[in-house]
Amino acid sequence: MTREEIAQGLAATGYIADRGLALALHLMELLGRPLLIEGEAGVGKTEVAKALAALLGAKLIRLQCYEGLDQSTALYEWNYQRQLLAIRVREGRGEAAEQIESEIFSEDFLLERPLLAAIRQSAPPVLLIDEVDRADEEFEAFLLELLSDFQVSVPELGTVTASSRPWVVLTSNTTRELSDALRRRCLYHYLDFPDVEREARIILARIPGIAATLALQIARMVEQVRRQELRKVPGVAETLDWAAALVGLGVGDLRADPDATLDTLICLLKTQEDRSRLTREVAERLLGKVA
Amino acid sequence: MSCCVAPPDPTAAEEIGRRVALRLTAFLRLLRQHGFTVGQREGADALRLAATPLGRRPSLLQGALKALLCTRLADWRRFDELFQAHWLGRGMKVALRVAGAGGKPRTLRELAAESAAPAERSSLAELGAGGEDRRDDEGAPGTREGASQRESLERSDFRKLADAEAQAEARALAERLARRMRSRLTRRHRSARRGRRLDLRRTIRRNVAHGGLPIELVRRRPRQRPLRLVVLLDASGSMQAYTAVFLRFVQGLLDSFREAEAFLFHTRLMHVSDALKDRDAGRALERLSLMVQGIGGGTRIGESLEDFNRHHARRVLHGRSCVLILSDGYDAGPPERLDRAMAALRRRCRRIVWLNPMMGWQGYEPSARGMQAALPYVDLFAPAHSLESLAALEPYLARL
Repeated sequence: MTREEIAQGLAATGYIADRGLALALHLMELLGRPLLIEGEAGVGKTEVAKALAALLGAKLIRLQCYEGLDQSTALYEWNYQRQLLAIRVREGRGEAAEQIESEIFSEDFLLERPLLAAIRQSAPPVLLIDEVDRADEEFEAFLLELLSDFQVSVPELGTVTASSRPWVVLTSNTTRELSDALRRRCLYHYLDFPDVEREARIILARIPGIAATLALQIARMVEQVRRQELRKVPGVAETLDWAAALVGLGVGDLRADPDATLDTLICLLKTQEDRSRLTREVAERLLGKVA
Repeated sequence: MSCCVAPPDPTAAEEIGRRVALRLTAFLRLLRQHGFTVGQREGADALRLAATPLGRRPSLLQGALKALLCTRLADWRRFDELFQAHWLGRGMKVALRVAGAGGKPRTLRELAAESAAPAERSSLAELGAGGEDRRDDEGAPGTREGASQRESLERSDFRKLADAEAQAEARALAERLARRMRSRLTRRHRSARRGRRLDLRRTIRRNVAHGGLPIELVRRRPRQRPLRLVVLLDASGSMQAYTAVFLRFVQGLLDSFREAEAFLFHTRLMHVSDALKDRDAGRALERLSLMVQGIGGGTRIGESLEDFNRHHARRVLHGRSCVLILSDGYDAGPPERLDRAMAALRRRCRRIVWLNPMMGWQGYEPSARGMQAALPYVDLFAPAHSLESLAALEPYLARL
């Protein structure tokens, strides 16, 4: 796929990509490297993988990282309950211990977790490794190995090699610095908050039946709000919530109905501190600037 | 797309390809000098990219190489400038400016000389001198702005204050502190051994011999997270006498803690962990010397803390963080501002320790307005005028 095809394809799925992103996705295919996406919370990092899966018609396999994530939740696990039962049944039949052991460590008792599932697909899936910075360093090292060879070894079964190479997207909120090795292995894209024009297009693509002028007003207003010193800067998801709320209330123009506009600002401001900082006067001033 | 362009005849194409490859190799070298992590495979991939249709349009090649060769936000932000400077000859000044911040190519001889005398190199006394003469004899990028820097360093006059022995001791002390805290954590780790959750995987594995009857249970315990230490060091004029020793102390902390971050502030706030953690001690100081321009000026503690809260706190602080502020509390800004910033900081971390060198002076009362504003939020307010006073912190920090 060329860069243009990717950009258009993403737009068709409702994801408005910035210029560099389409190119980065194109390179993923060209070089067979994973893509690491960083950016503030709420800029739509996870959405990239979803949109890519929709575009390719591929299955999306998601691994949400968290502290303490280990192989048994990320890669595979044996189905212990079944194993215990099987042992009991077979023992009753008087089978030998060695045979039981070889039986209970077979495919039937294996629980696939996201990573193993991703490399055992027949068609290449999109593997989203979300918030990789939350996982421990040990897990990162393991991931590195997986991403370079696309094979894992299950001691009881042997080595499993990828039948098709997944498209791997990693996201990070930079709560922890990732290792250089992992970074080097990946393509890198930094997602910024969208500019006014792109945000307006996102609103138009995601909120059905919204007027273009209103979408533009909302995008401008959000841009202004982001410039305030807030504790939690509103992301794209918040913008969409707000747009949906305004449409739901039948507001067609931010200026025409300042009360509704200001009341619904709670969609953007998620902490008490931010709410008290963006007082009515401030909000009205911002509104005057954009509308 | 540019693939529709008719390819030039083969020999010409080869010649072009060879030239591009040469330029590209030089570009990769430039990036490495600026601290980009570019390995062999990245180099090979970059060449592959240049050979595709992407290589024929500079804007596309720029975007493609950016995705391939950047590995972090800092790279991302300055890649375009470097690309433009190298390929299009634009913005050369910019390239020079950035060059100073990263490492520089060294000859083997220089490297050998450095490793032969690591102790002197790494002493802060060299901060001024070492930075200067290297700049002079290299004539490499960065030369051009040596003057302004030298000036600022002279004004701050590190050398006069630097006592190599005290610094070495400060560092050793920092390491000792860190070790104490680490062993403490390990002990906790072990006492939690009994664990709440069953480790079914290991249990089954171990009990196959008993015919699957779970006789021996294996348990699992939550992993202990190491404490993260965030140091904010005041490098203003009033702190001048202490900055050198404290810097050494901070460097020791960064080296020995698994998770530690350091910031330096006077009128602005700077993130200095990377510079201080540089394994090449000489280069670490070189990088730092670039950052400390303006040392010896006034202090804006409140503003610096606000800056920290806004831009860094989200990333570096979590529930198990201890913030260590090394400052005398003389704030040029309004105390209300400091008060607000401290309140915000308080909410984000577990402990705030404020070390004040003035407190060691006889008859000192924390009467500076800034200090007054900050005190209510501080868990431990302690003197730090001498190495003994730093050492006295040990039991407290070990208890965190």
